[in-house]
Amino acid sequence: MKYKSVFDIIGPVMVGPSSSHTAGAARIGRAARNLFGKEPAWAEIHLYGSFAKTYRGHGTDVAIIGGLLDYDTDDQRIGKSIEIAEKKGMKISFHEDEAATDHPNTARVRIGDGVEDLELVGISIGGGKAEITELNGFELRLSGNHPAVLVMHNDRHGAIASVTQILAKHEINIGRMEVSRKDVGKEALMVIEVDQNVGDYILKELENASHILQVAKIVD
Amino acid sequence: MFRNVAELVEIAENENIKISEVMIRQEMDVKEKTREEVISQMEKNLSVMEKAVEEGLQGVKSHSGLTGGDAVLLQKYLEEKQPLSGELLLDAVSKAVATNEVNAAMGTICATPTAGSAGCVPGTLFAVKNRLNPTREEMIRFLFTSGAFGFVVANNASISGAAGGCQAEVGSAAAMAAAAIVEMAGGTPQQSSEAFAITLKNMLGLVCDPVAGLVEVPCVKRNAAGASNAIVSADMALAGITSRIPCDEVIGAMYRIGRAMPSAHKETAEGGLAATPTGRALEAKIYGIPMKKE
Repeated sequence: MKYKSVFDIIGPVMVGPSSSHTAGAARIGRAARNLFGKEPAWAEIHLYGSFAKTYRGHGTDVAIIGGLLDYDTDDQRIGKSIEIAEKKGMKISFHEDEAATDHPNTARVRIGDGVEDLELVGISIGGGKAEITELNGFELRLSGNHPAVLVMHNDRHGAIASVTQILAKHEINIGRMEVSRKDVGKEALMVIEVDQNVGDYILKELENASHILQVAKIVD
Repeated sequence: MFRNVAELVEIAENENIKISEVMIRQEMDVKEKTREEVISQMEKNLSVMEKAVEEGLQGVKSHSGLTGGDAVLLQKYLEEKQPLSGELLLDAVSKAVATNEVNAAMGTICATPTAGSAGCVPGTLFAVKNRLNPTREEMIRFLFTSGAFGFVVANNASISGAAGGCQAEVGSAAAMAAAAIVEMAGGTPQQSSEAFAITLKNMLGLVCDPVAGLVEVPCVKRNAAGASNAIVSADMALAGITSRIPCDEVIGAMYRIGRAMPSAHKETAEGGLAATPTGRALEAKIYGIPMKKE
């Protein structure tokens, strides 16, 4: 089931005008920000389907940038987020993409700061709820029924073991796990669905393990 | 966990509890929260709805200038004249409109289930409140009952205009409101389900065709229609009228109609009212662009 909480339906509290095109878009931006772990210096946003056709009227552009600034859906600063971001020196570009996508409200968010970059595809499925379907070229197949930990790492022996050991130590049970890599020895991604909520101190510990590049969690 | 309306009603009947109680217990269970936590989170949402209505009744105007001020006109009309459709109904309409006018003006609202359809549930709640004099807890329960039905629609069909048209947004919102009105008025869980089905049936096929892609025209007035539809359907269910097509099958029909709808009618501003000469002229004026041709 995609929606699990009554507050997915009665909620979120948000700045108008559209739950899918404004609140959901803000959540896609904020997911990118959380995964990146810091404020990006540049952002390149590609919009597809209904997002591409109506983003100006719905404030989808300011919402995604608001998310990149770590604003929640009810933050009144969303309306002025592009102004604020540009004042901070963020380079922003928007592209209306004609390509067909599975979901009508799809955004591809590319962000970076000269040191690192990140690319994420998010869909806004209605009522303010968003899903991340792709991260750094890796397709994410999250069931959405459990919290998930995403671990970007270098494809080296021991990387997976060190992660699962840390989770085991904290009595976190893994329900489902998927590992994919771009090429032998290159960047790889672990998607780990767990039964318990993973605290920030555990994420810190994971980040410090060898060969680990980035760690983030997705809570429903 | 209930997966459809039939199961939701069955749990309520078997345990002899209200629909709102089924939803509260499930939320506590799924989110591992106490009753107090769940109730207080909903109370916050209720307060946001109250503030939005208050703000809208003071009079707001959207940035585009397309919407705003109609809630004020309705309240004034209510004070000075005898409305033909009835005071409660028109009060609900004015409060639904107030909420959506605030939303269009990028004010703060609570999505129920979406922002574009955020007027139906609070509009009817605050109007029915004046008649039934509910406690604060009963008002919070109204939102849990609405949420329980919306939860089924979101999981089994869609609550997104881009995926299912306006029937998925205002249609769902109006039907959720109808089910909650029935519970507040003392109806049974089954009657809530009938009210939901009757409302949604009357909204099937409604397209999402916002002028200039803005959540304003026709969204604000569609919430007025949704609120009135909800109250009328709730009265029908409370009178003992049932839906010949069961609630879950109506939701299934809504889903299939949404799938079959062309994308021009699903929040792309390419068809319907958005593509009328006046719709196109407004769009051109708002964005300062040449007028689009069909």
